[in-house]
Amino acid sequence: MRLTQGTFSFLPDLTNKEIAAQIAYALSRGWACSVEYTDDPHPRNTYWSMWGPPMFDLPDAAGVMLEVNACRKAFPKHYVKVNAFDNSKGVESMQLSFIVQRPPEEPGFGLARAEEAGRKIGYRVHSYATDKPEGQRY
Amino acid sequence: MSFVHKSLGSRLRGNDEFKIMPNDAPDTVDLAALLREANVTEVLDKLDADLIGLAPVKQRLREIAAFLAVSKARAALGLAGTQPSLHMSFTGNPGTGKTTVAQRMAEILHRLGYVRKGHLVAVTRDDLVGQYIGHTAPKTKEVLKRAMGGVLFIDEAYYLYRPENERDYGQESIEILLQVMENQRDDLVVILAGYRDRMETFFQANPGFKSRVAHHIDFPDYADDELFAIAHTMLGQGDYRLDAGGEAALREYIVRRKAQPHFANARSIRNALDRARLRQASRLFARATPVTRDELATITAADLRASRVFQEA
Repeated sequence: MRLTQGTFSFLPDLTNKEIAAQIAYALSRGWACSVEYTDDPHPRNTYWSMWGPPMFDLPDAAGVMLEVNACRKAFPKHYVKVNAFDNSKGVESMQLSFIVQRPPEEPGFGLARAEEAGRKIGYRVHSYATDKPEGQRY
Repeated sequence: MSFVHKSLGSRLRGNDEFKIMPNDAPDTVDLAALLREANVTEVLDKLDADLIGLAPVKQRLREIAAFLAVSKARAALGLAGTQPSLHMSFTGNPGTGKTTVAQRMAEILHRLGYVRKGHLVAVTRDDLVGQYIGHTAPKTKEVLKRAMGGVLFIDEAYYLYRPENERDYGQESIEILLQVMENQRDDLVVILAGYRDRMETFFQANPGFKSRVAHHIDFPDYADDELFAIAHTMLGQGDYRLDAGGEAALREYIVRRKAQPHFANARSIRNALDRARLRQASRLFARATPVTRDELATITAADLRASRVFQEA
């Protein structure tokens, strides 16, 4: 099941050139880019691991691409995303976030039922990938 | 045909990919027009007008600009070509204009479309090498990331390599630099600068650098007349001028200062003029009578002759 989180996630995977162009756009707006990765892409897992600190004051997309490629090399089968953060006063929020690498196999999610007090049924989203221990998921 | 020229020029200015399919490749390319349309001629002429002396440097810059234009033209006509290696080394004594020329070089490369942004990041050993284990690589990478799309200017590059200390972290920085210089030639141009003899030793000790740096440009020392002309330009920019006695004093100052140790060409001259301006200010301030506009703008012999350079003789 294809993970659809973040911008462009319903499009085919972006090529490196397209990724660089998106980063160049973010930089041209004065946003700081950062790279994050995870092997637990649960929709509620908003805090992916950071690949280095956010990169401020970069003039050119090649600098961010350097880190994207370094992250891909270190975690060839993890999800990797690029975030663009607007630190200007009044915004201070993520403006753009898109996935730049996904594992070859995406097991997807299941809906699990949980019996609660008073025969009440609760539901939770379960990521099949997390059945395996960390490091063996993808 | 004129359309081809036009489109070529606009492509050179932009950052877009430069591709014309071989089957619709034009037969001729007007090189002069290509340079003109990328506004490179303008930069080169400005360099000629702004910078005094440095004839061999200007000559080399023109050659490099022509070479880059020819490479673009070859690509336009579908001739095989590899991305030319643009890393350079600027050698010369202090104050001979290496940083200034590096800035112009960044502009030329940007206009010819070889670097995307055309900014100059000037660094020294301190910016690249860390203080403890594991500190160097992130520091060097940080600088490289900032310089991507532009020109990285490493001043006094030989300090990166310290043969007397084999555990020096400079070596780590050199390795990262070499890797990026090789693999990301279209993202970044590196200019190494420093004294001539020490740079030569540096290149001998680091053959990796020597083979990756294609252009070696040597900056000659300025002649007395050139230094005088530089002083004139500096004063003119600040709306100052010399009277007749002041001109004679400055000429004499240049000759005497050159004979002394730690002479740093144009930088020494700029410092001398800064001090002369201070003395002029205190001279005018000490006077009881009101000063005229002319007096405010004039630096006299007395302002220059009060210098230490004259006293020692």
